[in-house]
Amino acid sequence: MKLRFLAVILMGCMTTLAGLAQASVVDTLQQEYKTAGAGPFSAAKGEKMWVEKHKDAESGKEFSCQTCHTDDLKKSGKHEKTGKVIDPLAPSVNKERLTDIKFVNKWFLRNCKQVLGRECTPQEKGDFLEYLKGQ
Amino acid sequence: MVMKNRIWAMVAGIAWLLVNSGYVLAGAPNTDFAAVTNIKYAKECGACHLAYQPGLLPERSWRKVMENLHDHFGDNAELPTADQPVLLEYLVNNSAERANYKRSAQMLHSIRKVDTPVRISQVPYFIREHREVANRVRGNEKIKSLGQCELCHQKANEGSYAENEIRVLGAESWND
Repeated sequence: MKLRFLAVILMGCMTTLAGLAQASVVDTLQQEYKTAGAGPFSAAKGEKMWVEKHKDAESGKEFSCQTCHTDDLKKSGKHEKTGKVIDPLAPSVNKERLTDIKFVNKWFLRNCKQVLGRECTPQEKGDFLEYLKGQ
Repeated sequence: MVMKNRIWAMVAGIAWLLVNSGYVLAGAPNTDFAAVTNIKYAKECGACHLAYQPGLLPERSWRKVMENLHDHFGDNAELPTADQPVLLEYLVNNSAERANYKRSAQMLHSIRKVDTPVRISQVPYFIREHREVANRVRGNEKIKSLGQCELCHQKANEGSYAENEIRVLGAESWND
């Protein structure tokens, strides 16, 4: 009985910790963006950018974040060329998401350049995070 | 007498160990490629594709790949500057020149000295080995490119590409 009680407490703590890690990473990054002059952040704007299609100058092909991440953030996506599975981005189904600053920064850099052809501004990154954290 | 027997037993034991570890039988290099052992490499590069064994390409090719991560076959695969030297060092230290593996040597020796291929699938030895496959997988929607080794080579992630381990999607077995 006592063990079960402890297990429940422990699980509760772990879930809370994952949630806290995520909140703290998003907070830390958004604070950083604010220091750079950005904010306030809007989930609606983040979502708009998320679905917006961009034309690749070379191939002429249109693509967006959804090309790889699919139109359902709670589902797995697939890398367009290699076919490698991309785990769901929604923190509600994937607790690891938005818990590692280095990881978030790395993929912001890569994917903004990939889709927009340039780095995202602090405002845009803040909006993206505002949208993604609620998914 | 007892002592002598013991020594013979030891000699036999050591010989058995040597044969089993491949020292005696495999004065010839190991087959295929050395498996990936670097965790960072497996994690970073394996996030988007099979973490290709460093022994698949010569040092000069890996250097070129790492210099151009901002345009990695059309994708942006930039890494924080701090992470790059570690990965390059691993690739260089285990490149085809340095791996005592049979297929590494075959890959290496098929490349002209003046060439620096960055696509593994452009290495002459690779092309030769996949000549027939290339036509058969063309149009197969499940196989996006010949770079997806693991789709047909069941043990590609271990560096093993033996013919009896091949399963081409949609085909029973593969013999050429």
